[in-house]
Amino acid sequence: MAIPKVCGIETEYGIIVRGADASPVVSSTLLINSYLGRNQNLIGWDFGDEQPGNDARGFAHDGYDPEVDIHLVNTVLTNGARYYVDHAHPELSTPECADALEAVVYDRAAEEIVRRSMKLANDNLPSGAELIVYKNNSDGKGNSYGCHENYLVDRNTSFPRLAAEITTHFVTRQIFCGAGKVGCETLLHDGSVGFQISQRADFFEEEIGLETTIKRPIVNTRDEPHCDPAKYRRLHVIVGDSNMSECATFLKVGTTSIVLSMIEDEALAHIGYLAHPVPAIRQVSQDLSLGSTVLLNSGLRATALELQWSLLEAAQKYAVSHGLESVGEEVGQLILSRWEDVLTGLEDDVDSVADIVDWVAKRRIVEGYAQRHSLAISDSRIKAIDFQYHDMRIEKSLALRAGLRVIVDPSDAERAVTHPPDSTRAYFRGTCLQRWPESVVAANWDSVVFDTKDEALTRIPMMEPLRGTRRLTEGLFAKAKTPADLISLLAESDSEY
Amino acid sequence: MTERVKKQKSGQSRDTPTISDAKPATASGDRIKADLEDMLDEIDGVLESNAEEFVKNYVQKGGQ
Repeated sequence: MAIPKVCGIETEYGIIVRGADASPVVSSTLLINSYLGRNQNLIGWDFGDEQPGNDARGFAHDGYDPEVDIHLVNTVLTNGARYYVDHAHPELSTPECADALEAVVYDRAAEEIVRRSMKLANDNLPSGAELIVYKNNSDGKGNSYGCHENYLVDRNTSFPRLAAEITTHFVTRQIFCGAGKVGCETLLHDGSVGFQISQRADFFEEEIGLETTIKRPIVNTRDEPHCDPAKYRRLHVIVGDSNMSECATFLKVGTTSIVLSMIEDEALAHIGYLAHPVPAIRQVSQDLSLGSTVLLNSGLRATALELQWSLLEAAQKYAVSHGLESVGEEVGQLILSRWEDVLTGLEDDVDSVADIVDWVAKRRIVEGYAQRHSLAISDSRIKAIDFQYHDMRIEKSLALRAGLRVIVDPSDAERAVTHPPDSTRAYFRGTCLQRWPESVVAANWDSVVFDTKDEALTRIPMMEPLRGTRRLTEGLFAKAKTPADLISLLAESDSEY
Repeated sequence: MTERVKKQKSGQSRDTPTISDAKPATASGDRIKADLEDMLDEIDGVLESNAEEFVKNYVQKGGQ
């Protein structure tokens, strides 16, 4: 049976400073340090277990050392998230979440953290200067930055089969989780694309590979599980857009979790493979009519919408034959029903999903505004709308004015800013940081390192994503008054935490 | 080569959990259409004042 689809989202944000000179590294550092200065001690990131050169296809590449830069801020928050400067962008990785709904809550919390950071950073800038953050994926000039998803998958599942079978979903899911973009950024672009479905499709040049910053592949092969490598993989998904719509994030993570479960259970074999995935991802992105067909290996042709209907139907059958325990039974049923709703809406009347699908919401604003002011799509005011849709300032955000449906209770998002999920090892990490920030010298996804003033530091490994949960460790934290207590309780116990 | 995959759309209904403020997609679609003009009025009020400068200066380093 498919293993639980523990998941998380890492988002690189765009950043600019007006009215002052600041490199993106400096402004990203200011952003994050402003938040940390106000909120908690600085906890270091432990790079010990990072191996970004390991390839899921079974070999290792040289020259992919972890990017250890002691000058760049890189820390762990009490909600279990990682907040750091990466490639001249501020990046926030949510803690490990048990299901897609929880991932949406922590993605919302990440936005809230960035918003607060922005406000605090601006308090530190001279008057007239302003730092602004955007949750988008390109600058319109050929530079892209990502929103990655991560999913726990079974090490026993053949990676080549997984890669082949997930590709159809990765190419076609953009019809409901694309964030929309004005213009096109491919090298040979002739100016004919006014608006397209995906922010990222222009930047994908390979079907499969290890790269993330150049020649980006649709399936990324980075084999860095951050947990027991004998049992698990972490599928690192780089093909998605940053979503402003909570429903779109839910659908993106939810449908992908179910498709991965089906692949683990070998229940997806009959889905058509695409003959040419790289041209197809761009073709789908540029086809606002949703009517054009892509070639399958079988020689048949199908639209992205038809392929999504096939995936949904396979998922509905899978839910009956295997159950949806791996994605959470109740959440799984919600994913299936929302998936069917969004495909029905896209098929019947695209505008009817403008409250769910980012590219539809953005296109309505772009077209409505262009019509009202008689503007061409190439007018700067139209591209400005594209950027400003993703503006993190509440007073400027167009996404917040686009009528998007809200599914996260604001009080849940507020709690998630400081509290980890109960459901994964992030609970252990976050609770250690809340209780003993002065004793935690470093942490990462699979360990917490304590300085208990002994001669040596003590490293607590967390190789199981579904241990260290509230249910398993709440009693332990209640008994432990100090980190030393916690460490000896863990050492004495025969139970598994 | 040009035969299209037959669309397989499920008509079955299921008991599914609901989200409190969820509405049928078409009804909310109508509402959204009616609200478009109001939305554009509001957006007009918050748009960056110098779009040309803003778009030109929005330059990022490539990331992942």
